[in-house]
Amino acid sequence: MKKILRVMVISLWFGFLTFPFMGNHAGLLIVLLLAGGGLWLVITTLRNTKTVKQWLERASFYQQGFQRNLNRRDRRIVLGILLVLALLFPLFNNRYVVDVAVMCGIYICLALGLNIVVGLAGLLDLGYVAFYAVGAYLYGLLSINYHTSFWLALPLGALMAATFGVLLGAPTLRLRGDYLAIVTLGFGEMIRIILNNWDRVTRGPNGLIGIEAPSLGKKFVFSQPIHYYYLILLIAIITIFVVNRLNHSRIGRAWIAIREDEVAAEAMGINTTRMKLLAFALGAMWAGLGGVFFASKMTFISPESFTFFESVIILCMVVLGGMGSIPGVILGAIVLVVLPEMLRDFYLPFMQVDFSRARMLIFGMLMVLVMIFRPQGLIPSARRKLELHPKKDEDILEQKPEFVYEVASKSQEL
Amino acid sequence: MSFLEYIIQQLINGLTIGAVYALIALGYTMVYGIIELINFAHGEIYMIGAYIGIITLGVLSAQGLTQSSLALAMGIVLVVSMVYCAAYGFTMERIAYRPLRQAPRLSPLITALGMSIFLQNYVMLTQGARDKFFPPLFTGGINIDEVRISYIQVFIMGISVLLMIALQLFIKNTRLGKAMRATAQDKKMASLVGINIDRVISITFIIGSSLAAVAGIMVGMYYGLVNFYIGYVAGLKAFTAAVLGGIGNIAGAMLGGFLLGLLEAFAAGFIPPPHGAQYKDVFAFTILVLVLIFRPSGLLGEQVAEKI
Repeated sequence: MKKILRVMVISLWFGFLTFPFMGNHAGLLIVLLLAGGGLWLVITTLRNTKTVKQWLERASFYQQGFQRNLNRRDRRIVLGILLVLALLFPLFNNRYVVDVAVMCGIYICLALGLNIVVGLAGLLDLGYVAFYAVGAYLYGLLSINYHTSFWLALPLGALMAATFGVLLGAPTLRLRGDYLAIVTLGFGEMIRIILNNWDRVTRGPNGLIGIEAPSLGKKFVFSQPIHYYYLILLIAIITIFVVNRLNHSRIGRAWIAIREDEVAAEAMGINTTRMKLLAFALGAMWAGLGGVFFASKMTFISPESFTFFESVIILCMVVLGGMGSIPGVILGAIVLVVLPEMLRDFYLPFMQVDFSRARMLIFGMLMVLVMIFRPQGLIPSARRKLELHPKKDEDILEQKPEFVYEVASKSQEL
Repeated sequence: MSFLEYIIQQLINGLTIGAVYALIALGYTMVYGIIELINFAHGEIYMIGAYIGIITLGVLSAQGLTQSSLALAMGIVLVVSMVYCAAYGFTMERIAYRPLRQAPRLSPLITALGMSIFLQNYVMLTQGARDKFFPPLFTGGINIDEVRISYIQVFIMGISVLLMIALQLFIKNTRLGKAMRATAQDKKMASLVGINIDRVISITFIIGSSLAAVAGIMVGMYYGLVNFYIGYVAGLKAFTAAVLGGIGNIAGAMLGGFLLGLLEAFAAGFIPPPHGAQYKDVFAFTILVLVLIFRPSGLLGEQVAEKI
């Protein structure tokens, strides 16, 4: 009874909040909220019944067993199957689908790069798209003015973005995390404003037109989405490989130590400033790489492609997928690229807007909801599963010794 | 217009906009002082305040109240907007920040960002992406030689200074103010002596949001138009002001706001036109970076060692 009252009060409260903005639609919202609240009540009551509880427990038991049994050899087989599927993918799909897949590839690289900064080192970078812009404009300008080859621009773009990362990071990384977020946000905006206003070089809002597509030798020029698909697949695989190795290296462990407790990490002899700078540079590098590829694919770039929202979308991928988790971030990137494409023609019930305009609204909400209800993301990182969280610390004291031993031996495996 | 008059004019313009920055900066600084969180969505609350102001004003002028009694109408607009923003701030804290009180530092920052994006797009979708116009209510002004002070500027400065004094008195003299100061100093200790921390935090959000509402309405009237992304720039600038004065320090936020307003007015006034306007926002941001690098504790903030 109390719960029902609560749902009603909350619904009415939101109706009150939204009334001046939505007018009569606020009534509709109240009805929807009431319905949703009712559904939630039914689900939670059902969940507390004995049979369902047992059922859920059994399901989670099987899931854990499955994950534990997936040893190294099995994992290789799964990866091999995924690779073959990825290689065959464009042969069975039309241009549009392949094009979307190429976008997925770009965002996978970007999100994995940001994952180094946010997920591993725990630094909130809200101007990540600036490095993407640096890569894209570098290739754009080099290609238009000097006809530089794409293959040369690719490492150059990565290097340039990493340099910018160091330049931005050096003065700001001493700051506390929240300041860093604001400074990087401002930096991202600054790059965009400069691109917009420095007409002589960047041609301002008109952007750069006629960027050359990559070519192999003299004869083969990239033109179809499928060409770009295989190129980005290669880049993505390299990215995944490198990021994975980094994650399990001494550097990766240092980053995670910094994320968890900077003071303790420093006390253990980690040079925190240098490690954070490295995270910034290595994260920026992938954005630069992605930028060069993006410019070559689009053959046209303008400051519009590098707004703050782009940074937010990439961050959302990392958060949704699971900070620090490589498979999670890949999944997050794919979901957030594919879903908006699928829902392109879907209309929201009230507000009379189509989905593509409400995209950012949903992304914003998603970030809040994920952080509250599932902070570990869609696929939690393996390390995270083994972490001892404060709440569980107390449980551990009450656990049988075998359990404590199991946790301890598992954490040594990593 | 002589050089001296030009300077005085810029001074007045700077103080006006500075008063607004100060009001928004207070919200940032109060929240930061208590829960050490940069409330990214605070700029959005300010924007919502401006919108509610326009909407209420529209209703009131349809009833004919703005023509018959302007003071009463303005009073109603301010109160309604403050109540709504307080409600939004309160709800935001409940949804996005309270559940994450014990979470790692990164989590509430991300929800704050998500909240900000959400509110921005919510207003855009429901109210449209185009500029909304504030009906000009106060026209005219005082002319002293060539220097002009419009009534709106007088109104803005008057109300802001009044609110700031009220806030200072509230924090210095009332029980709640005392509880807020105690919570800011040490949350655990405060809760041990019987202060309801959750309530104090809610009240902080409510006060900060109502101040932002006033700022929103005043800026709307000053520039004559609002749109859904004003919160973003204003938020960044108010945050700069808060950092400039020393984040967590209430007097600092006021000082920082006025100072930033002045700096901006003079920069825009003295740097040749095409660059002065285009790079105005970059300018505020440069100040932020410089302050953070050379004096992260701000002008009035004390150097505090990080708690371990």
